Amino acid sequence: MDIPRGYRLKKVLMDHVSMDRTLTRMVHEVLERSRGGEDLAFVGIKRRGDVLAARMARKLEKVVGGEIPLGKLDITLYRDDLSLLDFQPRVGRTEIPFYIEGKRVVLVDDVIFTGRTIRAALDALMDLGRPKAIQLAVLVDRGHRELPIQPDYVGKVVPTSHSENVLVFIEEVDHEDKVILVEAEDAQG
Amino acid sequence: MLRGRDLVALADLSGEEILYLLETAQAMKEVLTRDIKKVPTLRGKTVVNLFFEPSTRTRTSFEIAGKRLSADVVNFSAATSSLTKGETLKDTARNIEAMVVDAVVVRHKASGAVRYLARELDVPVINAGDGSHEHPTQGLLDIFTIKERKGSVEGLKVAIAGDITHSRVARSDIHGLLKLGCQVVVVGPPTMVPPDVERLGVSVSSSVEEVLGEVDVVIMLRIQMERQSSPLFPSLREYSRYFGLNMEKLKDVSRDLLIMHPGPVNWGVELSPEVAYHPRNVILDQVTNGVAVRMAVLYALIGG
Repeated sequence: MDIPRGYRLKKVLMDHVSMDRTLTRMVHEVLERSRGGEDLAFVGIKRRGDVLAARMARKLEKVVGGEIPLGKLDITLYRDDLSLLDFQPRVGRTEIPFYIEGKRVVLVDDVIFTGRTIRAALDALMDLGRPKAIQLAVLVDRGHRELPIQPDYVGKVVPTSHSENVLVFIEEVDHEDKVILVEAEDAQG
Repeated sequence: MLRGRDLVALADLSGEEILYLLETAQAMKEVLTRDIKKVPTLRGKTVVNLFFEPSTRTRTSFEIAGKRLSADVVNFSAATSSLTKGETLKDTARNIEAMVVDAVVVRHKASGAVRYLARELDVPVINAGDGSHEHPTQGLLDIFTIKERKGSVEGLKVAIAGDITHSRVARSDIHGLLKLGCQVVVVGPPTMVPPDVERLGVSVSSSVEEVLGEVDVVIMLRIQMERQSSPLFPSLREYSRYFGLNMEKLKDVSRDLLIMHPGPVNWGVELSPEVAYHPRNVILDQVTNGVAVRMAVLYALIGG
């Protein structure tokens, strides 16, 4: 578990067990709202939302049987801050191996913050077709929205200050499941 | 990420930078498979195609690449320009730049003209072919196509056949392939192979047939008929016999040989017409990949 330089650990928000339990609960909420899971598809935002989406799809498959369509979305080409960054983000591959036309897409990301990533993801999804509906599932909502975007399914609401950051670690990417709250070392109190 | 601001030559790039562009091109290619083949990445940016030498394919490819990324693309061709009124290259380019553009794609018949403009202009300059120097995006799309078919390029043996001396495609291919760990053998009549070419790190052969059995890829270059005013070989028929590809020569080649050509092909000279239908011919893949690679280059230079 790497805490970025200049930050210190403030609190562990989730471990492997509580993350798994949270995802299970969210899948049941999705199922409840979709009346049987018909036409559902999961699309995760790279690079951690796609892993969470895969886990949620597997959990749903266990409940309803059959195969739930699953895709990965890379939103780099849709970012609104490319000209503001002092580095150039790598463009990853979008892989949506099914027609999203008529699907009820559950868009999955690890953390929702300003809402700008989700705005980009919505544009990217719309360019691929016309889903019947798009819902948003996030593991952590840390507040500070800059756009009128709210998640439909939330793992945990964590009020944060601007000097804090929520970091999600996923076994498939980071070798362990953990969500932590960190704080900038130069932050006051 | 690229270190430089321009793309003048593959000789300037590191192997890592080339791989970065290929990886980005891979993502761009997915965009080309969609119903809506457009992403908003370069919205509000303007790319000028500044072509001082005729070209349909490369210019169109850059134009499509820019438009797929939502850039405005403007074409400027020498035939209709004030070059015919005696304006210098530098003046023309500076005037275009003064119209507040974000990138200039340049093709010129003089080797070095693009490097000169890259120094003179403040905006990123992309080489679309300068004389017999380099054609870096062609080199990138060739390598991309090889990688796509073979999985990896490291350790492959690639033959390049034709007029090596005058080919900017050959030069870009050689630099790019060597940086990624390929072996390269150049094939052509002695009048078309530079005397010291081994110093680049390639080997030389004088017949296509001789190398076919041992290479993974053969890149056939276009014989430039326009250069035939002072012929570099006795006749087209003789050239075709020693340096062209036909079904007869391909008959015993059982492995996964890839047949490539930068286009436009002189059918019946470097390739016999039946090779157009050969299952290992990836010439049209190269054209598709050209758009993806040029999108990657535009993104890398003006995408943020």
